[in-house]
Amino acid sequence: MIDFTLSENDQKLLAYVRSEALVARKYAREYDENEHEFPPDELPEKDEYPGLGSVMGGRTEEDTTMATLSMLTSMGTFWGDYSVRIRQGRGALGNAALGAAGTDEQKMKFGNMVLAMAITEPGCGSDPSQVQTTAVLDGDEWVINGEKIFVTTGCRADGVVVWATLDRSAGRAGIKSFLIEKGAPGFVVAHKEKKLGIRADDTAAYVFTDCRIPRGNLLGGNESVEPKKGSGGFKGVMKTFNMTRPGVAAMGLGMSRAAIDFTRDLLREAGHDVDTYGGGVGSQTAVVERFQRLETMQEAAELTVLRAAWLSDKGQPNNREASISKAKGGASVRLITQGCIDLLGPIGASREHLLEKWFRDVRITDIYEGTQQIQHLIIARDILGYGRAELS
Amino acid sequence: MISFGLTEEQELVRDAMREFGAQVLRAAARDADETESVPDAVLDQTWELGLLSTQLPESVGGQGEARSPVTNVIALEALAYGDPALAIAATQPASFAFPILDQGTEDQKKRYLPLFCGDKFHAAALAFVEPTPVFDVATVKTSAEPKGDTFLLSGTKNFVPLGDRSSHFLVIARNTASADEGAAALDAFIVASDAKGVVVSAQEKNLGMRALPTHTVSLENVEVAAADRLGGEEGCDVSQIVANARTGLAATMVGLSHAVMDYAVPYAKERKAFGEFIAQKQAIAFMLSDMAVEIDATRWLTWKAASQLEQGLDPVKAAHQARAYAAEQTMKIADNGLQVLGGHGYIREHPVELWYRQARTLSVLEGVASL
Repeated sequence: MIDFTLSENDQKLLAYVRSEALVARKYAREYDENEHEFPPDELPEKDEYPGLGSVMGGRTEEDTTMATLSMLTSMGTFWGDYSVRIRQGRGALGNAALGAAGTDEQKMKFGNMVLAMAITEPGCGSDPSQVQTTAVLDGDEWVINGEKIFVTTGCRADGVVVWATLDRSAGRAGIKSFLIEKGAPGFVVAHKEKKLGIRADDTAAYVFTDCRIPRGNLLGGNESVEPKKGSGGFKGVMKTFNMTRPGVAAMGLGMSRAAIDFTRDLLREAGHDVDTYGGGVGSQTAVVERFQRLETMQEAAELTVLRAAWLSDKGQPNNREASISKAKGGASVRLITQGCIDLLGPIGASREHLLEKWFRDVRITDIYEGTQQIQHLIIARDILGYGRAELS
Repeated sequence: MISFGLTEEQELVRDAMREFGAQVLRAAARDADETESVPDAVLDQTWELGLLSTQLPESVGGQGEARSPVTNVIALEALAYGDPALAIAATQPASFAFPILDQGTEDQKKRYLPLFCGDKFHAAALAFVEPTPVFDVATVKTSAEPKGDTFLLSGTKNFVPLGDRSSHFLVIARNTASADEGAAALDAFIVASDAKGVVVSAQEKNLGMRALPTHTVSLENVEVAAADRLGGEEGCDVSQIVANARTGLAATMVGLSHAVMDYAVPYAKERKAFGEFIAQKQAIAFMLSDMAVEIDATRWLTWKAASQLEQGLDPVKAAHQARAYAAEQTMKIADNGLQVLGGHGYIREHPVELWYRQARTLSVLEGVASL
């Protein structure tokens, strides 16, 4: 049955998430202004927030299913501040890859680490099939050589999942993922990037020079470079993104929701009736009309995220919908935060408030884990029945 | 719990209406537009589907199934995929019957709902829109002045679907005795089309939706019994009628948008330029993928509004959002669909020029309702 209401359990959980997020928001400016500092793993108020487990209770059939729920909690968390993410390192992208493709042994060995994901190189971003980093088997060890950039959480992570090619002539089939711990010989964190936003989340550049790791660290264990059909190989790795894409959109939308709420409060105080929906061009002020358009865009984008996750909960394919949510979310959060500043004027652009920070923080949403344009390629191929050969 | 899951029945309705829309409505759409008329056969065939009467109570001759706004938007989207103008024409009686079902007195239900439980299509329309620039539902000028046991209605309504063949109108008017302002002062009145002072003028000439004949209805001191004020002494909540209408319009626009995309996609895969299919060029492919994104976004907003209506939650905000967003996106999608076809989008041999005009008309409509 089509339903957009939240059960009591859902509401309780989201109230907890938002309340914790609001506490985290107190520290948002501090880690934005001091980019060199890492937020500690735990909030000073951690004792008041014993974790989601304390409010999960017994889930019933009345409650929202887990993947969908995780989008709602993510929106709630990021509504507080981006830095909450840093405090929840187990959710890093490398951990998602390990969960999706790792062997049981690898999950035992690396499961307790914060794992970053290193794909991008100085010469390749959206097209990871162009990876230049190499992995060569030497006895019982892999020897890794190459450079990686834009590694999210790369400084703080305990280890990293690195994409490298076994055989450049094999193209995409030659690309494998390797689990590499910090401290491996020949693995150097070269520097930390300085960014427009999400400054609490460090972004690292890595250099691997004859870096030697055990043979068993090839994620999933398959050393073959023969092209595989179905879920194996490159496609399998790309599948990691079917849930992370809506997740990334949810993160951005949590922040743009914060921008909407902040803007609503200030407009309300200034006497604008932004809460009354129902009027049309003849009975609305321009301010109200513009605000409500932004809120509607927010609503629409959130629903595409929930839809993608809901399909996943149902075990249905969601490749197209995952990209739709990321394309829609990425585009919307930019326009929403820009529009909120527009409505509030110089107050919106002041560092006295967090709106300008949300405006900077959300901008990454439309870039990382596949730009809006990459999402559109995926969606277009899907509706046209095209592959890479027909539409690139 | 958040769920996008259709019931089995809703899946059946969607598939059946999709097929009916494609076979019956789409086939009749171009001729109906050119002749600015709706074929009786289309009205009767759609009537036989029982979309309205199944949701009317058994006591008035209906089949007594629960009225489901969610199922209705699913059906309406599927019908509009066939043709939006014919979809609204064929479901026009619901714009009169559902407000009575939702907010009418027992007496009103008993007197008027049996009209819609017969074998044949019976027209009756919501008369809401007024011929004034920047009309919106809060700026209704038609007045209803209480006088003894009656109300005197005066004003002009336009864009009344099938106004010339409707036996009754549900006229939205401003109650002059109301202390409220804006939409809160509005009331709805059941007016027979042959009542003294009612003049239904010749068919209007519209840009799009020509297969949906519309008329101007003017009212001059029309006497309406107090018993025909919707909801009786209590009156009614016109914002509910508006929310229903907006949700229906949003669903209609989703259907239209989807029709455009499904026509533009195969065209782009057949049309060659500079040695490859135009769909292989990102400039074209991204217009198409953007349609897919916004059709989804609009549909979920529409479903949300419908589910608020169904669950008895305040639907005003969600319905406003769904209609406003659908209006913006549908215009863009029809516009880009025409662009993908280029010159072929401009000629009347293809349906895209028809949809383009319909999109422009639909997206400015307020106060037109259907299922």
